[in-house]
Amino acid sequence: MSVLTVETVVAGYEPGLPIVRGVSFTLSAGEILVLLGPNGAGKSTLAKAVAGLVTISSGTVRLRGVSLAGMAAHDRIRHGVAFVPQTGNVFAGLTVADNLAIAVNILPRAERAGRIAAMLALFPDLAAARRARAGLLSGGQRQMLAIARALAVAPSVLTLDEPSAGLSPKLVGAVMQKLREIRDSGVAILLVEQNARAALAVADRAMILAEGRIAHEGHGASMLDDPAVAGLYLGRRV
Amino acid sequence: MNGQIVIDGMTSGAMIGLGAIGVTLTYGLLRFANFAHGEFATWGAYIALVLASLLGTLLGGADGTIGDLTFGWHLLVALAGSMVLTALLALALDSVLFRRLRRHGSGMVLVIASFGASLALRSLLEFGFTGQPQYYSREIAMTVAIAPGMRATLDQLVVLGVAVALMAGTHLMLTHTALGRAMRATSENPDLARLAGIDVADVVRTTWLLGGAMAAAAGVFLGVTVQLRPTMGFELLLPLFAAAILGGIGSVPGAMAGGMIIGIAEAAAVPIAGAQYRAAVAFVVLLVVLLIKPTGLFGARER
Amino acid sequence: MIGLASYLCFFVTLALIYGVATLGLNLQWGSAGLFNVGVAGFAAVGAYVSAWITATPVDTHWGGFALPIPLGWLAAMAASALAAFVVGAATLRLRADYLAITTFGAAISLELVALNADRLTGGPFGIAFIPRPFAALSDQPLAFSAANMLLVAAVAGVVFVALERLTRSPWGRVLRALREDEAAAASLGKSPAKFRLQAFVIGAALIGLAGAMQAQFFGFIAPDNYLPVFTFQIWVMLVLGGSGNNKGALLGAVVVWGVWTASGSLFNLLLAPEWQARGAALRVVAIGVVLASVLLWRPRGLIGERATVSRHVE
Ligand SMILES: Nc1ncnc2c1ncn2[C@@H]1O[C@H](COP(=O)(O)OP(=O)(O)OP(=O)(O)O)[C@@H](O)[C@H]1O
Ligand SMILES: [Mg+2]
Repeated sequence: MSVLTVETVVAGYEPGLPIVRGVSFTLSAGEILVLLGPNGAGKSTLAKAVAGLVTISSGTVRLRGVSLAGMAAHDRIRHGVAFVPQTGNVFAGLTVADNLAIAVNILPRAERAGRIAAMLALFPDLAAARRARAGLLSGGQRQMLAIARALAVAPSVLTLDEPSAGLSPKLVGAVMQKLREIRDSGVAILLVEQNARAALAVADRAMILAEGRIAHEGHGASMLDDPAVAGLYLGRRV
Repeated sequence: MNGQIVIDGMTSGAMIGLGAIGVTLTYGLLRFANFAHGEFATWGAYIALVLASLLGTLLGGADGTIGDLTFGWHLLVALAGSMVLTALLALALDSVLFRRLRRHGSGMVLVIASFGASLALRSLLEFGFTGQPQYYSREIAMTVAIAPGMRATLDQLVVLGVAVALMAGTHLMLTHTALGRAMRATSENPDLARLAGIDVADVVRTTWLLGGAMAAAAGVFLGVTVQLRPTMGFELLLPLFAAAILGGIGSVPGAMAGGMIIGIAEAAAVPIAGAQYRAAVAFVVLLVVLLIKPTGLFGARER
Repeated sequence: MIGLASYLCFFVTLALIYGVATLGLNLQWGSAGLFNVGVAGFAAVGAYVSAWITATPVDTHWGGFALPIPLGWLAAMAASALAAFVVGAATLRLRADYLAITTFGAAISLELVALNADRLTGGPFGIAFIPRPFAALSDQPLAFSAANMLLVAAVAGVVFVALERLTRSPWGRVLRALREDEAAAASLGKSPAKFRLQAFVIGAALIGLAGAMQAQFFGFIAPDNYLPVFTFQIWVMLVLGGSGNNKGALLGAVVVWGVWTASGSLFNLLLAPEWQARGAALRVVAIGVVLASVLLWRPRGLIGERATVSRHVE
């Protein structure tokens, strides 16, 4: 069943200057949908529009059939729509523990400690660094904390903007492995990536965004061999 | 440096620190230097003056004094009332002026607006109370010897104690409560705060309330230890900015330490440069900080 | 009739003097986005320097070189420029509002010096007997004020034309580009700090010139002339007229100075003497409300540049 439905969404930063120009797709529970595309295609803008950070000028985003129109970002997370932005995705001046405490603060009091414990169990590296300031973590730990922060509230939709950026190939593999586990627990994942090879390896489905529109759709790893796709964009970093 | 300078400097430093809390928090969160913040101290002092005299009229008879202090419990009640009302004043100024400008204008337009608001608020008090100094009490302040060569009025000691307690309370609130964490998180990264479910508008309101209340306390304490004048907060403004920048923008312990340093530097400069140049001391400290370490003592970032 | 005409000349003279200061501020803020809260301080530097150079010697304070007025004005511009250079060099590389705080502190410190360094500045009584231009005509009020008005109009005209050319030159375009998007402009190889410092210094020189001209026409100066409310007036003139636009700066100066003097006379006429201090306070409140309202509802002022948008928290 589709959890997230995006219908002909148009979004941008200034009136009359749409960046995302009529995008539609659906996302189901336990599925990874990868969003690829050249720089400036509007991938991050689309992800932010889903999260509520960018205003949608037309079209709708629905969560289990219910429109999220007019819902602020801080309410969307309460409804289970989580987002890990590409940069500035942890509170660098706060400790790892405080980052997680802020995340679970929207949950009922009784559930908070349990969710933090679950996150520390899922990301053992973080457990060791609980008292460290997030700004002092390594790139990989930081990315894990960013994911843990978003996942701590047990969202039904998790959007990630280039979680592999700046990580070594080994760490990219580790992040993708985590995303697989998260998917298998039933979360619907929208994964924005530049690293097509790594992303498509875990993708159930994939789309390519070009100039704000979906230019191609396909099924995961098979897209790597599709010459049409390579022509569209994949030249880089495949 | 003699002990008298330290105790005098610490008393005024505590008031500077209290005022600087609001400056540093709004600056860190909304990224603009609020030139109207000093007026919250002035308004706080005058609101307490009105409330204390209202209490006197309502209950009949003048306020007694507590022990050898120059003021009685009327002023303490008035202090609490004034902190609440000044907090609301700060909130009101934000919602009629700053919040609207944040939506459209650039950051610097907020600074101009705050400069205008500062003059308007101050002149309004001048209109209502004239420029003549006023006092909470006509009692003579008793002094006690704390150590050889070190005397302080009882008022000074109480003010110092309460101010330090208020600052420590603010710091504990910011570091140990969910609201405090949300405030620090929002000031660091408002977009991520939204994504984490924090209602940024709520945090902004809390910040104004807190800053306004602390400034009001600073104003009342200034009124107790010195006097009330419509320009009192405006004259405090430069020390407030200097303390906030010296301590590091966004840092409450920094604002406290910065306030103490400015207060003691001012007191120490008086015997050297003369009392008339006292107000320039904060400027000199500010310049030195900006030249040597613009991020301040406790500041992590310059943004 | 002659009284009215010469009063009108006097009014225009002062309005245009404020206009020159507003043009200087417009270069700093309108073109370069630099926030100067120390306008009064730079005006004071110009006023005192010109007074020292042109006034006749007295033994109560320093100065009194009795040199020609144009020399005084040039020196005033140089001194204000120097003051701006020092402040700007220290703060322009930092975030924008540190400049605001520093200029604010500089103005307050200068006011303290003016008030307390008696041997230098004459202390609270200031400096008197500053020669006026066309003093030879002073027994013919109309000719005297008309000549003065023409002189100031000529200065304001020259400043206006020079600024129009300057802001339209490649230099002016770089400044605006820096104001809009520092990173992009810097990536084109333009050093933001250098351009900003130049704009700040030139603007301050004009504010110093205005201070000197004002000193010359009043014939005396005192620290009271350079309180923060002076800074505030110049800002209201610029914001109301429309920042980013030199015509707007001049228009704002004339309109605000007109309203200010008219409301002052009205209060003097209507209010009992014991209420006049309060009336003056109310006038400042009113002008503060005007400033806030313009910022809120007409951010471009009467004839401002096209507004640019950027977003902040909330
Ligand atoms: N905050 C913003 N304000 C205005 N325009 C923006 C903003 N952020 C991005 N843009 C513009 O929107 C367009 C799309 O940007 P977006 O970040 O969505 O691209 P992207 O596909 O994520 O690219 P990348 O692969 O480089 O991350 C770009 O032209 C960019 O200049
Ligand atoms: Mg992107």
